[in-house]
Amino acid sequence: MIKYIIKRVVMGLVALFVVSILTFFLMNLVPGGPFMSEKPPSPAVQAMMEEKYGLNKPLTEQYVTWLTDLLKGDFGVSYRMQKNRPVLTIIKEMFPTSAKVGAIAMGWAIVAGIALGCVAAYKRGKLTDSILRVVTTSGVALPTFVTASILLVVFAGGVWNILPSIVGTSSSWKAYILPCFTLGLNPMCNIARYTRSAMLDSLGQDYIRTAYAKGLATPFIIFKHALRNALIPVVSYVGPLIAGILSGGFVVETVFNVPGLGRYFVQSINNRDYPIIMGTTIFLSAFVIAMNLIVDILYRVIDPRIDLSKGVE
Amino acid sequence: MSEKNGDLLLQVEDLKVSFFTPAGEVKAVGGISYQLHHGEVMGIVGESGSGKSVEAYSIMGLLQSPGRVVGGSITLSGEDVLAYDKHQMRELRGGKVSMIFQNPMTSLNPVYTVGNQIVEALTTHKKVPREEARRRGLEMLELVGINNPEKRMKQYPHELSGGMRQRIMIALALICEPDLLIADEPTTALDVTIQAQILELMKDIQKKTHMAIIFITHNLGVVADICDRVSVMYAGRIVETGTVDEIFYTPTHPYTLGLLRSMPRVDAESYERLIPIQGTPVDMLNPPEGCPFAPRCEHAMKICLNQYPPATQLGEGHMVNCWLMQKDQVLEKEA
Repeated sequence: MIKYIIKRVVMGLVALFVVSILTFFLMNLVPGGPFMSEKPPSPAVQAMMEEKYGLNKPLTEQYVTWLTDLLKGDFGVSYRMQKNRPVLTIIKEMFPTSAKVGAIAMGWAIVAGIALGCVAAYKRGKLTDSILRVVTTSGVALPTFVTASILLVVFAGGVWNILPSIVGTSSSWKAYILPCFTLGLNPMCNIARYTRSAMLDSLGQDYIRTAYAKGLATPFIIFKHALRNALIPVVSYVGPLIAGILSGGFVVETVFNVPGLGRYFVQSINNRDYPIIMGTTIFLSAFVIAMNLIVDILYRVIDPRIDLSKGVE
Repeated sequence: MSEKNGDLLLQVEDLKVSFFTPAGEVKAVGGISYQLHHGEVMGIVGESGSGKSVEAYSIMGLLQSPGRVVGGSITLSGEDVLAYDKHQMRELRGGKVSMIFQNPMTSLNPVYTVGNQIVEALTTHKKVPREEARRRGLEMLELVGINNPEKRMKQYPHELSGGMRQRIMIALALICEPDLLIADEPTTALDVTIQAQILELMKDIQKKTHMAIIFITHNLGVVADICDRVSVMYAGRIVETGTVDEIFYTPTHPYTLGLLRSMPRVDAESYERLIPIQGTPVDMLNPPEGCPFAPRCEHAMKICLNQYPPATQLGEGHMVNCWLMQKDQVLEKEA
């Protein structure tokens, strides 16, 4: 087990290295630069800035410098958006806001998704199942910006004005309702669908018949015997998604003005704030890789037949 | 349990089970009746699709939609099982009646330990402390001949062999001391030596506990080994029923005869060949009007194709549904 985890961490580091190379060179391929804007500074000032941040050096050299700094724990400083503030500080500042919204969103998405998926599977072919299928399919099909807009119109002005439309730093809990709901809706519907199909499979297994023959109550059979066997595909979907959602949903953060990492990440790309792009990318990638590892370990916890040491190589 | 030995335990009367499929109603069980006494072992023999498992599932209330009991009655210890509500049905399952299944490889939940699943079978029906339940579980494992029960309790099903898993299935079926055990082809998926061991074990346990067993199988050899009485099913009906001796030494129904002739025997002469039953089982969607076996029967008469034969009593418990037994009356009527 320990050996396996070490192996996976090493593989993860290799993956991070590849991600960083790709991001670094792709980012530099995009036209423009951090010091261009509608009113560009004079060429002399630009040259000076480039000199200061080392942008006049060859790309490979820039990359090596960035990587050596990173290995020392230095993510660099922002060029533009929060001038000269360390990237790590910015991430540490922004991440909790995103994570708070994301955690609530994922929390309700997982609980509701699994519950609805189980209900749909148990009532397969019945009206409940059909209604749930329509709801979840719509939820999966609707883009977040559409649901966000609809919810804003309905609850924050257009029909009822009962919920705040934006999240500020000092907003009450009410401000979080809409963003958390919107962010969790799509994952919830996906989880419900994955749970339903996996539950259909596990409810048809012989051991479920055994459980009925033992005289167990139906909810007990569904949640103890069938659900655990149906969790693998759900966990595979949810794991990496948690990393993405907790780091901030870009659309939701933009629409609801949440001061989170997701929105900031996209802004940094528009601003060509290279260190922030690199920093957030590495952060997000590491998060996804870590979640994947956790998912694999969870497989073993859920299903004792899975042998982790044999899965690698 | 043994003090009630010989008393009536289960009475099935004119039980009819149908599956309502998109293609139409499949009459899987078309009206069967039998009685089972405490401590009695009854075999139900028939080929695939003869309705033998469906019949057993309806006793447990385990029929899967679109299957439904459409007629008749099931009476267990004087109570009408078909009138049970959900709660009573749950008490019956695993409490009064237990079941073991054909495929031990898939009948245990792979993600829980053996101990967990055995203990659960007991605690579902009886309020006992955990420690007590565990002790009972260990006892049961020992009873079904599993060595090192302490260790097995902590293992997962995939770490055990098929034979061992079937022993565990038996242990968890018996932990609540049911009056009746329904064994649905419990040895079919096992290889021959393990089959013999499991049969030996079931005989042994039956002797110790005196519970009644309904043994569903398509293997006549198994029946001869363990059963007191045998019912032969064909196309959803019992065509012949009698003691093991009656069925094996004086088989009367052409189908029973066919089954026996198609089975290898130890005492057969080397030149004797196995004779298969010609034809294929009936289409249960459109069963023939008369005796369902008539199209395959070499002695079929005109009446066989038109009318289902009534039961003819041959001995105290030996009954057969075949017009051949009433050949004289039939010929008289036709003349």
